[in-house]
Amino acid sequence: MSGRRYTVRSLGRELVMIVLAAAYGGPFYMLVVMSLQSKDDVQQTPFAPPIDDPQWDNYATAWTTGGAAGGMGPAFVDTVIITLGSVLCLIVVSALTGYVLARRTSRLSNALYLLFVLGVTIPSTLGLVPIYVVMRNLGLLGTYQGMILLNTAMLTPFAVFLYTGFIRALPREFEEAAQMDGAGMFGTLVRVVLPLLRPITATVAMLTGLIVWNEYFLAIVFLAGSEIANLPLQLNAFVNDYYTDWNLVMAGAAICILPVLVVFLALQKQFMKGFAGGLRG
Amino acid sequence: MKLPPYWLAVPGIAFLVAQHFVAPLYGAWYAFTDWSGLGPATYIGLDNFREIFSSEVQRTALWNTLLLAGCFVVLVNVGGIALALALNRTLKSRNYLRVVFFAPVVVSSLAVGYLWRYIFTQDGALNQILGAVGLESLATTWLGDPRWALWTVLVVMVWQFVGEAMIIYLAALQGIGDELEEAALMDGAPAWRIVTSITLPLLAPAITIVSTLSIIRGLRVFDQVIALTGGGPVHATETLSTQVYKQTFVDGRFGYGAAIALIMTLLIATLAIVNAVFFRRREARAG
Repeated sequence: MSGRRYTVRSLGRELVMIVLAAAYGGPFYMLVVMSLQSKDDVQQTPFAPPIDDPQWDNYATAWTTGGAAGGMGPAFVDTVIITLGSVLCLIVVSALTGYVLARRTSRLSNALYLLFVLGVTIPSTLGLVPIYVVMRNLGLLGTYQGMILLNTAMLTPFAVFLYTGFIRALPREFEEAAQMDGAGMFGTLVRVVLPLLRPITATVAMLTGLIVWNEYFLAIVFLAGSEIANLPLQLNAFVNDYYTDWNLVMAGAAICILPVLVVFLALQKQFMKGFAGGLRG
Repeated sequence: MKLPPYWLAVPGIAFLVAQHFVAPLYGAWYAFTDWSGLGPATYIGLDNFREIFSSEVQRTALWNTLLLAGCFVVLVNVGGIALALALNRTLKSRNYLRVVFFAPVVVSSLAVGYLWRYIFTQDGALNQILGAVGLESLATTWLGDPRWALWTVLVVMVWQFVGEAMIIYLAALQGIGDELEEAALMDGAPAWRIVTSITLPLLAPAITIVSTLSIIRGLRVFDQVIALTGGGPVHATETLSTQVYKQTFVDGRFGYGAAIALIMTLLIATLAIVNAVFFRRREARAG
């Protein structure tokens, strides 16, 4: 079955898998085709690509109308701000925490590490009600700062877990050598440790960035009623406005889906490696 | 070597303790109150839980959640292993095919849900395809029929996340290497025997990971339901998450919503631990 020679049976298997993959990608095909059709096309020939007359206007409509944010365009900007802010905070907080937990081997450090692992597995839903109340009292509902704080707190255990595991596997020799040369704790951290953390930082940024970018539950709870919306929240509002105009619904969904898909296709190796390694734990 | 001081970890520890321990404990306390989000909360014992278990909607939501999560775990594991075995070696297009099967994992579940709502809608893609191949009789209102609506949610969940399982299994297969399988092949063992008695036991650690991930994901299902059915028709596709959201943040019943969230949390914690222990033991035996 998994012999390395390429036989006639391998060819047959290859063809079957290609057909399967084509069917699997079908929904993405429908997304692109329908998002460029007119309303009539959608009803009469939803499967045919509108090569003669692509309706780019669908995208303009989705970009500029509907919902509290006033279109997928403003929501796109909001999503970029929230995602960048959250990922930056997460990296700073978690890299420092992971560094401490990995380099200290005391009982306290091990106990803390276990608490972080537990934090990864315990679902966050139960905490949302008290957090909602606290954020309401602090005036953080419907704000960028509130969302960034919330996402950072939400994903800290996962990011700390990844950083600690990575740093534990790093040899201490570089840090020791730097300290022999008279570097202080801070100098060692900035000039020696941080550069070594680049690969895991890329993984953390990718995995948490995707989660924040696509997050819907937190957005609907903590941003509802404000003028800030991330893409999923805005898409939901837009679809409610144009429930039966499938070409517009698809254009909205495409603005949500395609940018992420393009980044993924450009960096597919890193993405798939990050998922395989990061989730393995 | 001088060790980094603990105060560097204080922000991380503060986030962890506040959000993942203090807040859930507070939430658990609300579950035993009649709090409405404003004013004082009164302790009412188990009243919320009594109401939950005597409510038709909540019982449906609980059952739906368990059913979805259970089917999801099985299908994602089976599909993921099958895809990983098919695309592990040999095939020339394997790298491209992996990209296709993995792509849905990275995009918004809500947007994916809307995409599939078109496919399942009355005059949507699925019914048109059925009509084109002469199976009009099978066409139905997938989303409007209580017997089908829940299964559309399952289909969309599996479509989106089976690629994630595939990637984890592929990484595990790389680690195994092929000496054992080739030795067995030389001895004339049939292909299916090699899979069941060599490959699968060696994949046990990966099965643990995929199962844990998908139990958590399955029990928290929300986006797909909102996009496809909104919980309807007549509450037929409500889940614990949709009910936590609606009861708490739409109807303002913070205590009642917290009680549903507490049930969900206990379910996830219990199943995740049972799963880990179960597979650890099997891994130990296999190893």
